[in-house]
Amino acid sequence: MSAVSMRCWRGDMDAVTIAHLHKYFGTVHALKGIDFTIHAGEFFGLLGPNGAGKSTLINIMAGLARAAGGSIQVHGHDVVKHYRKSRMLLGVVPQELVYDPFFSVREMLRLQSGYFGFGRENYPWIDELLTVLNLQDKATANLSQLSGGMKRRVLIAQALVHKPKVLVLDEPTAGVDVELRQALWEFSSRLHKQGTTIVLTTHYLEEAEALCGRIAILDQGAVVALDKTSVLLDRHPYRLLCLTTQSATVTVPAALAPLVLSQHGRALILRLHRSQDPVSDVLDSLRNAGVQIQDIQLREPKLEDVFLHITGRGHA
Amino acid sequence: MNWRGFYTLFAKEVWRFMKVAVQTVLTPVVTAVLYLVVFAHVLEEHVQVYPGVTYTAFLIPGLIMMSVIQNAFANSSSSLIQSKMNGNIVFVLLAPISSLEFYLAFVLAAIARGVMVGVVLYAVALGFADLPVPHLGMLLAFGVLGSGLLGALGLIGGIWADKYDQLAAFQNFLILPLSFLSGVFYSLYSLSPFWQTVSRFNPFFYMIDGVRYGFLGVSDVSPYQSLWIISLFFIAISVVAWFMIERGYKLRR
Repeated sequence: MSAVSMRCWRGDMDAVTIAHLHKYFGTVHALKGIDFTIHAGEFFGLLGPNGAGKSTLINIMAGLARAAGGSIQVHGHDVVKHYRKSRMLLGVVPQELVYDPFFSVREMLRLQSGYFGFGRENYPWIDELLTVLNLQDKATANLSQLSGGMKRRVLIAQALVHKPKVLVLDEPTAGVDVELRQALWEFSSRLHKQGTTIVLTTHYLEEAEALCGRIAILDQGAVVALDKTSVLLDRHPYRLLCLTTQSATVTVPAALAPLVLSQHGRALILRLHRSQDPVSDVLDSLRNAGVQIQDIQLREPKLEDVFLHITGRGHA
Repeated sequence: MNWRGFYTLFAKEVWRFMKVAVQTVLTPVVTAVLYLVVFAHVLEEHVQVYPGVTYTAFLIPGLIMMSVIQNAFANSSSSLIQSKMNGNIVFVLLAPISSLEFYLAFVLAAIARGVMVGVVLYAVALGFADLPVPHLGMLLAFGVLGSGLLGALGLIGGIWADKYDQLAAFQNFLILPLSFLSGVFYSLYSLSPFWQTVSRFNPFFYMIDGVRYGFLGVSDVSPYQSLWIISLFFIAISVVAWFMIERGYKLRR
């Protein structure tokens, strides 16, 4: 954790406070009383399956949607009552690759800067953003001429044009190539180190695992898990025992059959409960059944396993 | 008040239509000139609406105002529907811009386009008739109020419409008939009493009649009465437009 974020954790103002938040779409109760806080300086992950309510939550935070009840504050400023202050503190990278086809990249950034009350004094920062995001060559290009990856970079620049304290990245790496994904990871990590609070929603769970210090998992409009990433990983009661057997035709003892996750040729994967299935007992059972083991690997749970377990979409 | 934010949004709206000025300024001028050439050629010798005023001179103020209001409507409505369909409306919605600033920026840009089309058309029309402006103040008042009213109506249409064809219906079944049946090509008194009464419920009639007063010094009804009526309509439509923005109707879900 960076020095800046450590300082923020120790008592600075909370970046985002969500209280009793409700939202309905017709008869669908999209958000069912969401309550949590994102601390200043955090790299916070917001995960959940499609339709969990992540984008709705972000839209309410950004003022793009209205809550039916409850509130969101950004650095103490209510997003409805004090929307000017809250929006000045918030930068949002939308999920869709939206752009205004009438303007070039630099024109668009200058317009966005103007909406936030900045004039020519902000132009050097805009040029810096163009450089940092490798957009210098595209500064005069019309947005309709850019690739999807380039449009994503422009959206990030637009979100940062007013130097917000909190940056919301709504699935920023969806549909981008590996190289750009790595570049975006590095860029958001750098922003975080400089003190920006980052709120990330993503479908790539390894992304959240690698970047986020704390994670909230939403499912069907409710928070089903909220903790430090490491604690969430520890909470998952399973780990995987990956074996390579000498023969491709082994018969697993009946007592171990419920633990078999997959068996393809010589690759045998067992899912073991941390407390109920000691590795030594499992290996002994296999040896007693005459199974010759060539290689053993024990894989700790990944966020994906935790996610599937918590949302009930896994085997557990 | 976020003055810079408001000004930027206004400037962006003007910049947007200036980037496609051939479509947004020159095309309506050409269309109006074609109306002028055809109708003036056919009717010049046969129709005299006001004593001492040629039909061409009678027609030009109405055509100018019809172009002004149609383009004012087109500016705000097309910008909004495009932004909604493209999704780039979020850039404005994410910014610390109030509903009043949003309303003012769009309406002032609509006035700018309407007035610009009017001025260019006036310059071209000078080639067809002598066009002194004895009541410049009245002319400006009707031009600004009329284009402001249609700019606000364009906001309502642009916010309400979910698809381009819904906006086209708004334009073709409301704006176009009201502007064509507003006395651009004829005097109110050439109509039967029934249609005279119906015309008096058409706010576009008062705009056309008021602008004609600005150019010719004659009108079917008192220009002050027209000014009052247009002002009331402008306020009413503006309140509706502002309220839709304030409530986030079809903008903030």
